[in-house]
Amino acid sequence: MAMLQMVLYLVVLTALVKPLGWYMSRVYQGQPCGLDAVLGWLERGIYALAGTKPDGEMTWRQYAIAVLLLGTLSTLVVYGIQRAQHLLPLNPQSLGAVSPDSSFNTAVSFATNTNWQGYGGETTMSYFTQMLALTVQNFVSAAMGMAVLVAMIRGFTGKQTDKIGDFWVDLTRSTLYILLPLSLILAVVLVSQGVVQTFSPYVTASLIDPAADAEGKPITAQTIAVGPAASQIAIKQLGTNGGGFFNVNSAHPLENPTPVSNFLELISILVIPAALCWTFGEMVGDRRQGWAVYAAMLVLFVPLLALCYWAEQTGNPRLTALGVDQGVSALSSGGNMEGKEVRYGIANSALWATATTAAASGSVNSMHDSFTPLGSLAPMWLMQLGEVIFGGVGSGLYGMLAFAIITVFIAGLMVGRTPEYLGKKIESYEMKMASLVILIPCAVVLIGTAVAVMGPGLEYPGAANSNTGPGKVKSNLNNPGAHGFSEVLYAFSSAGNNNGSAFAGLTANEPFYNTALGLAMWLSRFWLAIPILAIAGSLASKKSVPVTSGTLPTHTPLFVMLLASVVVLVGALTFLPALALGPIVEQLQMISS
Amino acid sequence: MSQAKSRPLLDPTIVRRAIVDAFVKLDPRHQVRNPVMFTVFVGSIITTLIILEGLFVGSSANESLWFIAGISAWLWFTVLFANFAEAMAEGRGKAQAEALKATRQHLSAKKLLEPNLVNESKFEFPGLVHQGDATIVAATDLRSGDLVLVETGDQIPGDGEVVAGVASVDESAITGESAPVIRESGGDRSSVTGGTRVLSDWLVIRITANPGESFLDRMIHLVEGAKRQKTPNEIALSILLSGFTIVFLLACATLLPFSIFSVAELKKVEPNTLATPITITILIALLVCLIPTTIGGLLSAIGIAGMDRMIQANVIAMSGRAVEAAGDVNVLLLDKTGTITLGNRQAVEFIPAEGVAVDKLADAAQLASLADETPEGRSIVVLAKEKYGLRGRDVNKLHATFIPFTAQTRMSGVNLDGRRIRKGSIDAVAAHVAQDGSRLPERVTREAERISRLGGTPLVVAEGSHPLGVIYLKDIVKGGIKERFAEMRTMGIKTVMITGDNPLTAAAIAAEAGVDDFLAEATPEAKLKLIRENQAGGQLVAMTGDGTNDAPALAQADVAVAMNSGTQAAKEAGNMVDLDSNPTKLIEVVQIGKQLLMTRGALTTFSIANDVAKYLAIIPAAFATTYPVLNKLNIMGLATANSAILSAVIFNALIIIALIPLALTGVKYRAASAATLLRDNLLIYGVGGIIVPFIGIKAIDLVLYYTGLAG
Repeated sequence: MAMLQMVLYLVVLTALVKPLGWYMSRVYQGQPCGLDAVLGWLERGIYALAGTKPDGEMTWRQYAIAVLLLGTLSTLVVYGIQRAQHLLPLNPQSLGAVSPDSSFNTAVSFATNTNWQGYGGETTMSYFTQMLALTVQNFVSAAMGMAVLVAMIRGFTGKQTDKIGDFWVDLTRSTLYILLPLSLILAVVLVSQGVVQTFSPYVTASLIDPAADAEGKPITAQTIAVGPAASQIAIKQLGTNGGGFFNVNSAHPLENPTPVSNFLELISILVIPAALCWTFGEMVGDRRQGWAVYAAMLVLFVPLLALCYWAEQTGNPRLTALGVDQGVSALSSGGNMEGKEVRYGIANSALWATATTAAASGSVNSMHDSFTPLGSLAPMWLMQLGEVIFGGVGSGLYGMLAFAIITVFIAGLMVGRTPEYLGKKIESYEMKMASLVILIPCAVVLIGTAVAVMGPGLEYPGAANSNTGPGKVKSNLNNPGAHGFSEVLYAFSSAGNNNGSAFAGLTANEPFYNTALGLAMWLSRFWLAIPILAIAGSLASKKSVPVTSGTLPTHTPLFVMLLASVVVLVGALTFLPALALGPIVEQLQMISS
Repeated sequence: MSQAKSRPLLDPTIVRRAIVDAFVKLDPRHQVRNPVMFTVFVGSIITTLIILEGLFVGSSANESLWFIAGISAWLWFTVLFANFAEAMAEGRGKAQAEALKATRQHLSAKKLLEPNLVNESKFEFPGLVHQGDATIVAATDLRSGDLVLVETGDQIPGDGEVVAGVASVDESAITGESAPVIRESGGDRSSVTGGTRVLSDWLVIRITANPGESFLDRMIHLVEGAKRQKTPNEIALSILLSGFTIVFLLACATLLPFSIFSVAELKKVEPNTLATPITITILIALLVCLIPTTIGGLLSAIGIAGMDRMIQANVIAMSGRAVEAAGDVNVLLLDKTGTITLGNRQAVEFIPAEGVAVDKLADAAQLASLADETPEGRSIVVLAKEKYGLRGRDVNKLHATFIPFTAQTRMSGVNLDGRRIRKGSIDAVAAHVAQDGSRLPERVTREAERISRLGGTPLVVAEGSHPLGVIYLKDIVKGGIKERFAEMRTMGIKTVMITGDNPLTAAAIAAEAGVDDFLAEATPEAKLKLIRENQAGGQLVAMTGDGTNDAPALAQADVAVAMNSGTQAAKEAGNMVDLDSNPTKLIEVVQIGKQLLMTRGALTTFSIANDVAKYLAIIPAAFATTYPVLNKLNIMGLATANSAILSAVIFNALIIIALIPLALTGVKYRAASAATLLRDNLLIYGVGGIIVPFIGIKAIDLVLYYTGLAG
């Protein structure tokens, strides 16, 4: 049954690649896509308002400046709204201003499509902030990733030109014709499944079976957080954002109430990154190239999904030793159920954990901190591989294309030619930029983790309290030893690759982590987009070399395996020492004692 | 130069000098040019300092000094081995350069004082020198534009153009070819190279190169590799390798805080633990094993060896860039004559007219050709002898009168005992017999047309006014050339035949030789246009040329091989010079270029694939005290933590030495499609690269363990 669900998932996903990919290629090539007949006036109106010409083109530098400009502006606006939310409308719970460090972290997080959440949504953000700051960014940051990808594809198709398209046009089309309509459909379906969508204040329910709190006082009522969730969840899933409306994200019954909603949300995590592969193939005029990249992603995704599922289903050997039955039975899903929703079981939790970390989504329906060490290694490593296995919308594919450039370079030399990819020669400039794309996330994750464990990320001053006096120094880590190390490593792997999923178990909403992770997210978003655009500009200015039997074929199974190996090798060689001190040693300790 | 071809891979004199050079190259200014090896160099210095600290200050590290010394020594060896590889590659070039330098020692020149003598046609020779018009100067004082006189036995003092005189010149010092060549003013044989010797007669030469810029100078420069510029592809690869180095530097440097944290966490649970954080020595050992030292250490040796292989093939590349570009070429322009066909046409068949016996035709053809010294004429005699048993006869004894070919008659032949035998082109013979009111029989005309269509040349033989038949002269396509073109096609290289023939003839030869395309009735302009069109389509074009009128096309082509026998203009325009003046060499040039790139790719793959085993050797050993449970990753079963680390470092150093022969000779090359080459090389260097270090490290570990050297 579990197998069947996972296979069904991959089949449905693959079936959607071509239709959606085809539709998006129409949108980006300015061909009629259906919706332009309905929304064309709006698109033209936006250009008129912004003073852009739809056929105007930018050089890669202009494009990069536009990306940076929008990123900076977005960060400032989101920061401002959080700091002033107590003065703004749509705040029925009268939530106060968000702290400066948390606001900075969240602003960067949403502007970079990371959606790392140091805060708890229902206790921190007003409806106004959720909708006008966060949900808007869910669209804009996703569209930005897609725009940069399209610019890079134009680098391959351009012939001796210095133009790679217009950022504002790509951004508008991504939002208007792709993200908005898909989100609208998904939101309506989710509402039909019971996801909440309301502006009313939180609901209070009387408990049928009152409980007592820590001091023995009876608790008779429960406050149930509600809000305009469905609209945000749709784009959070589709735009590989991952920032939940509620703190526990898609484990929350009002975010993800039924098996149908769970399946749809799972599909929407990967559907756009997967379909963009087809768009890429179509736009470069060789669909096999798109399928090859998609295949390379699947080849990496499936074994890690299998590892995660196997590790979780096997459960904890120490519990087995104590006589606990972790086997599958009619009434139990078996395996390691700690931190998982009984509604989803092992298969759907493992599938979500791998999908959300393969794509740079970061939404969760289970707590990765409670996974077995090997089970948590899969999602952690998927992030460390650079978020290129599907990855963020747009950003995942452009990262993968940077890996393809490196692969082509090494493989191309072996066939005795100056390497070329899709007819463009790969020379020192492209190597320099592609190396940066791979180097920066690695550097951010490793240096960030190193700084954190040298002290700054281990303890923080607790808040001062009028009853207990000055704040006590508290530990950031909820767990000692290797697991504590994994918690820090996971946090930086997530932020440093713009994923945003949290391991939990790490107290990150304090000045050090808010600042450090904020910086990590900023660097690995924009310092990657710039070299990618530089590659696009350089490739566009080159001649296109015709394909002969002397050309390295980049659509064959051999190349797919080679590309996958390069991704794995770079990821393994970079992170093996760190992983050895985290999940690997933890797993060995678990099974050996 | 000729001795270069037989030089063994490990010439003892070169090895001895390379060992010395390996130490000279320890100069930091040299090391810093290669980021990968510089990292190892710095690592060696740091470990040495740790030893010195241990010896004189007292060790702060809690590991044995012997272990640190072992690591340090092998790190130094790693650097030295890489230096040695580079020095070996350079040494081979240097040996050749020295042979070249010897040829131009103490050269002096007879410089003419009045250059206008030549222009005014008052030039009388000899006697000029005695009139005081020339002075003896050192060859190094000659400047471009100077006129020099070279007489029998003199060495030509510098590169130049012949402006007067004809002489036979021995160019073996440059080409290794002992047969003398003729050099004369005007035309395509006017260029001379400094260092060659005039064997007879005299030449007046206008010097075209300033001292230090001559062909010989450039050649010495190139083979020495002293001021070798990194080539574009080498730079791109260096960037990738530096990228990897930085990634591993980060992975290793951050391991120290990770390790300190892990030990601190452990101490909270087990206060009495003996666990200690990872030491600097082990971190350096890990780093050096992970960074791509194999390819980093051999990279420059591969580049130099590539140039060297060109020189072995008697081709001088003006830059490493040209050698690289040769590998990328996808269109080859080949001159028909000399490259695709043997220079001369040969008689292959006698086709008699109606009612004429073939023996009679053969007899007449032989007689008409007995005195014909052209290769075509000789081939007719040979055919008559081989096929019809007609012996050669002495023209003089037959009392025959030989009628030579003239531009007017366009026929040649013989008058003998009243017989007037003529052979010539179909038009000429038709006109000849028409004088007597006769005309060519239909069969002769038809056969002549057929021969033309097949790419051959028909020669009609007539006796008096009676046409006897046709001789089929065929362009002989070189043996094996079709197979070579097929190889080129597999590798995605298009071959284009360039010929002055008419399209019909060209098409026939093109089909026979198996070229992909042809350019008939080629003019220099048409050639240039063809190159530009191909380049506009993204192709890289290679060609050969020798004449001055080839110069524009040579300058336009991406890889242009000028024949050494060609003009100075052609040599200036090209980026390679073939000393053998063999146009077929172009194919070899492409292969050498490809082999160079393949060697780089293969060793890069091998180097990176090696890391898997090294990680599995070092990681468990590095954390043996903190997390003994990690020893489960020690799948090689290495004896101790120290021996594991030392084995990995030793393997890493020895593999450089082991791969020097491969770097110098290049990986095995064969013509195949890119897909096949990739699959095969991945299997050998990728999969092999993963497996070999497991075996190597285990073997070294066993040796260390049983000899007790690991401590």
